[in-house]
Amino acid sequence: MIYWEIFLAFFIPGILGYGGGPASIPLVENEVVTRYGWMNVQEFSEVLALGNSLPGPIATKMAGYIGYDVAGIPGAAIGVFATVAPSLLLIIVLLGILYKYKNSPKVKRMTLYIRPVIGILLGVMAWRFFSESYEGIGLWQTVILTVVSYLLIERVKLHPAFVIGGALIYGGFFL
Amino acid sequence: MKTHWNIFIAFFRVGMLGYGGGPSSIPLVHKEVVDKYKWMSEEEFGDLLALGNTLPGPIATKLAGYIGYRVSGIWGMINAVLATIFPTVVLMIILLSSLSSIKEYDWVQGMTAAVIPVVAVMLATLTWQFVQKAGKGMGWVQTGILLLVVFILLQFLQIHPGIIIATLLILALIKKDKNPEQDTAVTEREGDS
Repeated sequence: MIYWEIFLAFFIPGILGYGGGPASIPLVENEVVTRYGWMNVQEFSEVLALGNSLPGPIATKMAGYIGYDVAGIPGAAIGVFATVAPSLLLIIVLLGILYKYKNSPKVKRMTLYIRPVIGILLGVMAWRFFSESYEGIGLWQTVILTVVSYLLIERVKLHPAFVIGGALIYGGFFL
Repeated sequence: MKTHWNIFIAFFRVGMLGYGGGPSSIPLVHKEVVDKYKWMSEEEFGDLLALGNTLPGPIATKLAGYIGYRVSGIWGMINAVLATIFPTVVLMIILLSSLSSIKEYDWVQGMTAAVIPVVAVMLATLTWQFVQKAGKGMGWVQTGILLLVVFILLQFLQIHPGIIIATLLILALIKKDKNPEQDTAVTEREGDS
């Protein structure tokens, strides 16, 4: 049953991929290329390359396209559902429990304790994006884009949508 | 109806602007949900982010789904998730079935490259906001020590963030409260023995 296979192929990476969508990509490749043989490595990496240059979460783009490729629109729907639903249900249930006790000093302390961890995680992500940019388009382009976008977002208080739009146009012409 | 439209627009923007996978959408979600529509406080967003990072699966849809659910129930959840993923999945299917060679996407990659530093700036700003909040909440010395310890655990010892967050949550749970409650007696007895 192809739909069941699609469900499993994306359910397993969704449940095992700690660290967000990008962390689950090797797991998806394992299911799609090695286990089910729906694509070869070459095809998979082409899909991944395009997925990386389009906006939006990567895991669902991969699931949607591969599901579609294997079994049409129902396949796409099942692939996306299997990727998204399990972890989403889990977080809704867990946060529901947590907020039932939100006035307890223990829960307040939880919020306080994890804040520095979130700070570090975001900081590391920021660093990763900076270094990816440095490797991709070089020091000067990175510095210019960084300074200009900082000024526009934080000083001029422009909505990021405009800054990202501007960067897309700039990149389309000059990079 | 207005709320559903707002949810849709907020997460549609997030989905269409987040270049570089799910994590790049975190500062965009923050912008929409905390700054623009005020559906959540900074604290709640922090909790959500922490738990989202501890659980498996893509982060962007976990954020979207939970926030949609909080704002207007199951339909809000479905709306937010679809708005996040639907446009780009469709785009992907159309591009891959209409173009025959990967070389034809080169211009797409040039555009994306310029967005990466913008996302980095937004992430860095959000980082600073969280560090500031932590400093005000528990004092700068304690924050500084915790930041350093977490950084070393995460970057040099390669310990998974989920484990660190889970450990801190358990610590917060078992630490004795300053204003005694009914359960503190039990904890104290255990501590003495």
